[in-house]
Amino acid sequence: MKKIRSNVQKRRLQGVIIISLLSSLSFLYFGLLKPGKDVTTFGFVLNNEWVIIKEWIIASQTGARIFSAISLVASALAIFAYKKERTIVFPVAIASFGILMSFLTWIASGKFIPFTGLLQGGLLLSIPLIFGSMSGLVCERSGVINIAIEGQLLASAFVSGVVASVTQQAWWGLLAAPFAGAAISYLLATFAIKFSVDQVILGFVINVLVIGLTDFLYKKLLIPHQNTWNSPPTFEVIPIPILSKIPVLGPIFFTQSIVVYLMFAIVAGVTFALYKTKWGLRTRAVGEHPTAADTVGIDVNKLRFRNVMIAGFIAGVGGAFYTVGSVGAFGKEMTAGAGFIALAALIFGKWSPIGALFAALLFGFATNLQSTLSIIGVAIPSEFMLMVPYIATIIAVTGLVGRVRAPAADGIPYSRGGSH
Amino acid sequence: MSLELKGITKTFGSFTANDSIDLKVETGQIHAILGENGAGKSTLMNIVYGLLKADSGEILIDGKKVEISEPSDALNVGIGMVHQHFMLIPVFTVAENIMLGHEKSNKFRVLDLDQARAAIRTISEDFGLQVDPDAIVETLPVGIQQKVEIIKALIYEAKVLILDEPTAVLTPQETDELLNTMRDLKSKGTSIIFITHKLREVRAVADQITIIRRGKVIGAVSPSTSEAELASMMVGRAVDLAPAKYQHETGGPILEVKNLTVRDALGTSIVKGVNFHVNSGEVLAVAGVQGNGQSELARALINLEEHIEGSILLDGKEIRGSSIKQSLHAGIAFIPESRELDGVIGSFSIAENLILDLHGQAPYSKGLNLSAKVVHSEAEKRVTEFDIRTQSIMDSVSTLSGGNKQKVVIARELSRPIKVLVASQPTRGLDVGSIEFVHERILAQRDAGRGVILFSTELDEVMALADRIAVMYRGEILDIVGSNVTREELGLLMAGITSAKAGAK
Repeated sequence: MKKIRSNVQKRRLQGVIIISLLSSLSFLYFGLLKPGKDVTTFGFVLNNEWVIIKEWIIASQTGARIFSAISLVASALAIFAYKKERTIVFPVAIASFGILMSFLTWIASGKFIPFTGLLQGGLLLSIPLIFGSMSGLVCERSGVINIAIEGQLLASAFVSGVVASVTQQAWWGLLAAPFAGAAISYLLATFAIKFSVDQVILGFVINVLVIGLTDFLYKKLLIPHQNTWNSPPTFEVIPIPILSKIPVLGPIFFTQSIVVYLMFAIVAGVTFALYKTKWGLRTRAVGEHPTAADTVGIDVNKLRFRNVMIAGFIAGVGGAFYTVGSVGAFGKEMTAGAGFIALAALIFGKWSPIGALFAALLFGFATNLQSTLSIIGVAIPSEFMLMVPYIATIIAVTGLVGRVRAPAADGIPYSRGGSH
Repeated sequence: MSLELKGITKTFGSFTANDSIDLKVETGQIHAILGENGAGKSTLMNIVYGLLKADSGEILIDGKKVEISEPSDALNVGIGMVHQHFMLIPVFTVAENIMLGHEKSNKFRVLDLDQARAAIRTISEDFGLQVDPDAIVETLPVGIQQKVEIIKALIYEAKVLILDEPTAVLTPQETDELLNTMRDLKSKGTSIIFITHKLREVRAVADQITIIRRGKVIGAVSPSTSEAELASMMVGRAVDLAPAKYQHETGGPILEVKNLTVRDALGTSIVKGVNFHVNSGEVLAVAGVQGNGQSELARALINLEEHIEGSILLDGKEIRGSSIKQSLHAGIAFIPESRELDGVIGSFSIAENLILDLHGQAPYSKGLNLSAKVVHSEAEKRVTEFDIRTQSIMDSVSTLSGGNKQKVVIARELSRPIKVLVASQPTRGLDVGSIEFVHERILAQRDAGRGVILFSTELDEVMALADRIAVMYRGEILDIVGSNVTREELGLLMAGITSAKAGAK
C-alpha cells in the first residue's frame, strides 16, 4: 500500500532532501572539486570590545571541509528527526550555518572576512524591514491589508530628515517621523475602513503618491537648499556599559543608536501586547471573525482604525532610521522597496512578531552578505549574489515554515450584515 | 425577566421583513418562533439583539421601554443570543472566546485567563455544560461549540436567551441534549426564544408558539397543536408533510462505487474508500451530519473533485477520471449543494442557464453559432413544464426566489437523457411549497426507473424519500440500512455508533 504522509511530513521531507543535497554539494564543490587555494581570514573584532580571538586564519580547503562536514552531520540528524517525526528546524538551522560558513571560507580564499561586521551590517539593514513588518502586523492582524508600508517608511524618512535639518536636532527628527507615518496611515484607514476601498489597490496608490510627493519636494527644495533642508544630524552610537564589551555580540547588539534599541523594544512590546493583553485579544478576534467580535460589543471599525494609526507610528520610527538613524541626508526613493520586503517578511514570518523579526533579519543579512562580498571583491557576479536572499527564502519556506495562514478576515471591509 | 416587542417594523427597500410584530416572552418561558426560511425570524432577532435597527416599534423589558442599538446594549439589559452561524473565533481557545468583549486583566495589564477558566467552570457545573476551557474551538465538534456559545451568553448573565435555528447543525442526539439544556435553563428562570422551522422540536419543548409568515405574526398557539395544523399556519395552506410511500419497481445496479477515496488539495482523505451501489428505480439516501464527506462524495460522482481514487461504474462503464462534461453526457444529472455558487450563473438569463450543459451541441448551436430561436423555444417549454415562476425567460436568474432557482437547476439537469440523479441537499433553504415540488420530481425520476442518490442532512427528508439509507461518518459509510429504520437508530449511526458498538454499551 502506498505510504500516506501528512503535510507536515511532506514538507519536512522536502526540507531534509534539500538540505542534504546542499550539504553534499557544499562538501563536494567547496571541499573537494574546486577547493580554495589560499587561506581565509575571519575578523572578529570591530570596536573596543574584549578580545578573545582577534582573527582566525584557516586554509580555505580545510575550513570548507570542516564546515561542510558539520552540515552533513546536521543533515543526518535532520533525517533522523524526520524518521522520528520530530521537528527538523534545529538540525536544518545548523546545517544551513555550516553550508554558509563553508561557502564563506571558500569564496574568501586569500581574503579577509569581517565576520562581526557582516552580522552587524545585516542587523542594520534589517532595522527598517523590522519596523515595517511590525507596522504590517498590527494592521493585518486586525484585518486591514497594509501595502502602504513603503509609503509610510518613505514619508517618515523624508519628514524626519527635514525636521532634523531645520532644527539641527536628531531628536526632533525622530519625534516627527511617527506623525508622518501616521498621516499616511490616516489616508489608508479613512479610505479602507470608512469607504471600503480595495486595500491592495489603495496601498499601491498611496505608495505612488508618496514617491511622487517626496521626489518633487526633493528636487525643488532639498537639492537647491541642501544646507537648510537636507543636512540632518544623526544619532550617536550609545554603547551599553559592559554588554557592549562582549566579543561578537557586543558590537552587534549593544553598540547601536537609539533607533536600534527602540526596534527591540517595539518587537518585544508588540509580541507581549498581541498575545497577552486585551488589546491583542481583540485585535486578533477582529482579524479572524469580525462579526463575532461585533456581537460581543467590540466596535470593529474603530479598533481597526486605531490599529492602522498605531501601525503608522511604528513604521514612522523605521523611516527615521534611514535619515537620522544612519546615513543622515534624505535621498530620492531611498527606501528602495524595503516596504515590500517588510511585507514579505511578515508573511514569511507567518504574521507573528518573532517570525517576522527573524525573516527580516535573514533578508537583511543576505543583502549585507552580497554587498560585503562585492566589496572584498570575489569572483562571483553580483547579480548571482543578489539572488541569495531569495534562494534562502525558498529553502526556508519549503522546508521549515509550513502552511502560512493569514488572518481570516484580512483585507475584507466590515459592515454589519455584509458577509456571512 | 420578560421581553415584549410592540409593533416592530423593518423594511429593506421595498421589501417588508417585519410588519408590526407584537410578541411577549414571559419569565422562565420557552417561546418558539416558528416560520419558514425568509419569514423574517432572524431579522426580528437581529433587531432585538441590536445588530439591526427597527424602522419603528419598541422593545420592553419587564414592562419598561429600552433602547437597543448595539449588541452591547442588548448584553447590558440581559439579552444573549446564540447565532445560527456561530460567533466564535475558530483559532481561539474556549476561554479566549468567552472572555472576548469583557476581558479582565491583572495589574500588569496581562489577560487573566485563570479568572475566565474559573468562570467557565462555574457555569459548566451550574448548567451541566461540560467544556474544556483550553480547547481550541475549531477542533471541537459542533455540538460542543454550541455549548460554548450558550456559556458565552450565560456569562453575561443573560436572562433572555435567543437561540437562532440551533438544531440545524446537530445530530438528533445532540438535538435532544440541547432540548434538555433548554429545559434546564428554563427551570433556573431563564427565558428562551427558540427560532426554528422544525415542528417536532417546537412541540417537544415550547411553552408558547408564535407563528410568523411573510413578516407578520399569524397566530400564537399552544404546543398541543398538531404538526399538520402548525405546518399549514406556517405555509398558509394545507401541506402534505410526508409523501405517501407506494410500491415501485426496482431494477439492478445502475451505479456502483468501489473503494472510492477523495482527497483534498493537501492530501488528507475526506472520503475513505467507500463502497455502495444504487439500483435503477431506487432512492439511496446518504445521511449524516454536515461535514462528514458527503459533499465531496457527491462532487466526486461527476468527477468534480481533483483527487479521486477507486472506481465509479455507471451502467457497468468506468467513469472515474472522465471529464465533467463526459460524466454529464454519460448520464448523470447533478443538483449541486449550493444553487447560487454551483447551480446557476446569477447574471445569466433563465434561458441561458437552462442550456449551460448543452449549448455546444445541436439543436442549440451550429458551428460557432448559437441559435437563439431554439434556445428560447426550449426555455419556454421548460418554464411551463417545471413551473418556474418568472415574468420572462430573459430575466436574469438572480432575480428569482430560491425555490425557482432550484427549479431552473432541476429543469436543466433532467432535460438530458439520464441514468442516475445525484442530488446534493436539494431542498436546503427552500420553502415548504418548493420542497414538495423537489420531492415530487425526485420520486418521478425514481418511478421512471432511474437511480437516485440523495445527499441530505435533513432526517425527515431522508426518512420520507429513501428506499435505503447510507450513513456517512468521518468519510466512511458506517452502514446501509432499509427505510424501516427508526430515527433513533439513524441518529446513533450519524453520531458514529454502529449497532455492534451500541449493543456493547
